[in-house]
Amino acid sequence: MEKDQVPQDQENLNEGKLAKLYYATDDKGHYVKVNSIGWEPETVAMQQAWDVVFDEVEDARKKVLEGKASPLLYHIKKNIMTPSLVASYASTFGFMVKLHCHPYFFKRLSRKMLEKYAYTFRISVEELTDIDLLKKNDR
Amino acid sequence: MTVNFTHKQSAHCESGVVSNLLRFHGLDFDEPMVFGIGSGLFFSYLPFIRVNGIPVAAYRIWPGQIFKRFSERIGIKIETRKFSNPAKAMLALDQMLDKGQPVGMLTSVFYLNYLPAAYRFHFNAHNIIVFGKENGKYLVSDPVMEYTTEISYEDLVRARFAKGMPEPSGRMYYPLQVPTDYSLEKALWKGIKQTSDHMTRIPIPLVGSKGMKYLSKRLRYWPERIGDKKAIQWLGNLIRMQEEIGTGGAGFRFIYAAFLDQASSKLQNDELFNLSKQLTQSGDQLRDFAYYAGRVCKNRKSDTKTFAELADMLEACAQRENEIFKELYDVSKSK
Repeated sequence: MEKDQVPQDQENLNEGKLAKLYYATDDKGHYVKVNSIGWEPETVAMQQAWDVVFDEVEDARKKVLEGKASPLLYHIKKNIMTPSLVASYASTFGFMVKLHCHPYFFKRLSRKMLEKYAYTFRISVEELTDIDLLKKNDR
Repeated sequence: MTVNFTHKQSAHCESGVVSNLLRFHGLDFDEPMVFGIGSGLFFSYLPFIRVNGIPVAAYRIWPGQIFKRFSERIGIKIETRKFSNPAKAMLALDQMLDKGQPVGMLTSVFYLNYLPAAYRFHFNAHNIIVFGKENGKYLVSDPVMEYTTEISYEDLVRARFAKGMPEPSGRMYYPLQVPTDYSLEKALWKGIKQTSDHMTRIPIPLVGSKGMKYLSKRLRYWPERIGDKKAIQWLGNLIRMQEEIGTGGAGFRFIYAAFLDQASSKLQNDELFNLSKQLTQSGDQLRDFAYYAGRVCKNRKSDTKTFAELADMLEACAQRENEIFKELYDVSKSK
């Protein structure tokens, strides 16, 4: 790639915080360093990965509001985690986390366990248990 | 408690951290040199390991290896420490900073809030350098960022003690002793030899240029095997692995070509420069592949023809890399 071919696509997900370094060639074929603010295929691939995440979060949110799942499921999806990953933060087991995604078991959780989950997601226990917060939370 | 530290942006986190750390200790290696001597370039397709149900394709060697190989070849003594207690880990970091030593460490990208939100997945093998503490905040030199940034105590603890695979466990490292004399020539050839050997001569079809060819074969039938929607998701992941994570595949090819370019002038070897030019073209091919794959992902519909075309492109890349690295092996064999 020659240095004037380094992509500078305005439409990117870098929020102006990041301009990646590329190695590109000068006219003699020697390498120089050039910054790039974004490249379309990369942005597309990244957006696609996030769309999958957002879809899952939205599904989880609907389930919680319908009473088919506990808010725990929503927060797991929102933090792009899996039950086993949450389990290692909250020092419990993956299957327990899966159980607690069910409202029946979630309602019976002790304050201590709720605090562990809240710690995992870096929120307060109130934010974890309050379903009303999810109602207006469109992404 | 700040150290007089010069930050230089780099394309890949691990080689960048090594380059920046060593510059502080008086050894001036540019990033491509670290990447090349540490034999950072590789390819592996591991369909039996899946992350979120998507098979893993890596365009480089696994994390930690570049640093290990590089310090072996140059003769740097490094100390790596790992902790079970976050408070102790942060105390150890503070003590090192008090001594005026910048420290490299492994972190999870998810908790580094200075990065754009779109990059913050759970990726636990990102390398950064902490070189000071001001007003309770740690000064960070993240090699992929243009400038140095800062991070709060809580975020840094979270990032150093993230869970999941691979667990950083507060790992931190710093050079204990840097050599005054070393044989650069020997290190360069050793690095080149290992990379070219691993790219062409490992008798496993999943790694090196064979792995790329194998992936192209599999890619051809993705839409039939797993359906259009999933095939596009997998393809998107392939581009992300190639282009995003640590500038990925084509990026790595360009770093390596830059290394060959620098090595050719250090060793007065024109053949290396010639190969660097060829690798540049191969990297361009890989970028074209990503470009068209991105198109397929964007349109969200695929017919088997496009996947077959993409597979052809990837196969051509594999063929080309095989030739380049075979030639490179022949050049480096006798050295």
